[in-house]
Amino acid sequence: MSGFDKVVNSYEEAMAGLDNDMTVIAGGFGLCGIPEGCIAQIKRMGVKGLTVVSNNCGVDGFGLGVLLEDKQVKKMISSYVGENALFMKQLLEGELEVELTPQGTLAEKMRAGGAGIPAFYTATGYGTLVGEGKDVREFNGRNYILEESITGDFAIVKGWKADRYGNVIYRHTAQNFNPMAATAGKITVVEVEEIVEPGELDPSQIHTPGIYVDRLIQGTFEKRIEQRTVREA
Amino acid sequence: MALSREQMAMRVARELQDGYYVNLGIGIPTLVANYIPDGMEVMLQSENGLLGMGQFPTEDEVDADMINAGKQTVTAVTGASIFSSAESFAMIRGGHVDLTVLGAFEVDVAGNIASYMIPGKLIKGMGGAMDLVAGADNIIVLMTHASKHGESKLLTKCSLPLTGAGCIKKVLTDLAYLEIADGKFHLIERAPGVSVEEIIEKTEGELVVPDHVPEMTF
Repeated sequence: MSGFDKVVNSYEEAMAGLDNDMTVIAGGFGLCGIPEGCIAQIKRMGVKGLTVVSNNCGVDGFGLGVLLEDKQVKKMISSYVGENALFMKQLLEGELEVELTPQGTLAEKMRAGGAGIPAFYTATGYGTLVGEGKDVREFNGRNYILEESITGDFAIVKGWKADRYGNVIYRHTAQNFNPMAATAGKITVVEVEEIVEPGELDPSQIHTPGIYVDRLIQGTFEKRIEQRTVREA
Repeated sequence: MALSREQMAMRVARELQDGYYVNLGIGIPTLVANYIPDGMEVMLQSENGLLGMGQFPTEDEVDADMINAGKQTVTAVTGASIFSSAESFAMIRGGHVDLTVLGAFEVDVAGNIASYMIPGKLIKGMGGAMDLVAGADNIIVLMTHASKHGESKLLTKCSLPLTGAGCIKKVLTDLAYLEIADGKFHLIERAPGVSVEEIIEKTEGELVVPDHVPEMTF
């Protein structure tokens, strides 16, 4: 690696420095746009006690769900979980903690975290369990709760294409939480389907500028579909 | 007769207007997309980051990178846009979505809604529901009037953990269309053949009944 070249050639290198009890922010919505290779590497490394920030926690045997198999996750910060039996089992047995966070608040926590904003007020969750114990303030006659932003030791991100400088483009709805996650990691690792040379991507079409990206790796992806729904041709 | 799921969706579809951006929740609300009046243009917002959600794909069109908020494979209509989750919830929380239709377990006379959690049962999370009810001004709740055991879901006070406080003004059930104002339910329309007495009996919260309650027609 030299200059702005962010490319690494192995997942060992991509995830080097990840340790027990760290916080990992992951992009993805359901199984769409998830950093499959980074997740697999975290499983191989066997680090434990992780706090994982992700909208969902995969399914049994795929996505972040594989990190539950060896009890690597201590806490999930998510908006919707429990599509996997193992997740519910560990939750009910007290081996796993979950902090349910409204989806928009979760996205904004990552965005704010990456933008150096420590907290923000939102109407979402006021008057509900989510708002309990949080500061309330009235603006223009409406009540808002104070939500703290999130940053991670690592952010793991799935892009479509990137140039060697780490300028990333996402594909379709595989974008989801990935751009916010990319901004909120002390070390941001992006895996993509294709790495191109600087200059090959239109600068005005970049979703995640390379300044946020520390390590870039080209991966191969299964892209499993959670709910395959089709109509007659 | 109580409304069928399809009739409930048809009735809500009459609230659509040309040029509306609409978010439809999972379940019966999704069916509203089947009854958009001919000649009317409506864009469906899917909170995972798609404005202009289209039909399910054909087998050949299936793309793992194109899903909706229910994680189903979908297509995009001509003129759609795709963006991040933060952008998506900026639209929702910033009040830019014209109509939100979602399901619920309970609604009360104060406009509170409970829709995401039944204590003691599996807890899966609120997803985007808390953002949707807090951010939208024009929300229609679609649900059955009473539980399978006959217990009213239109209450003086919600018994389940809230999704949002004081944010619901319109409810369509299988028996009636109601509005919430001044701490009361107001009966606006009734399902064809459903008596005002039955609606009164199945509404636990205070209900204002006008002299004439028109029947819905389909």
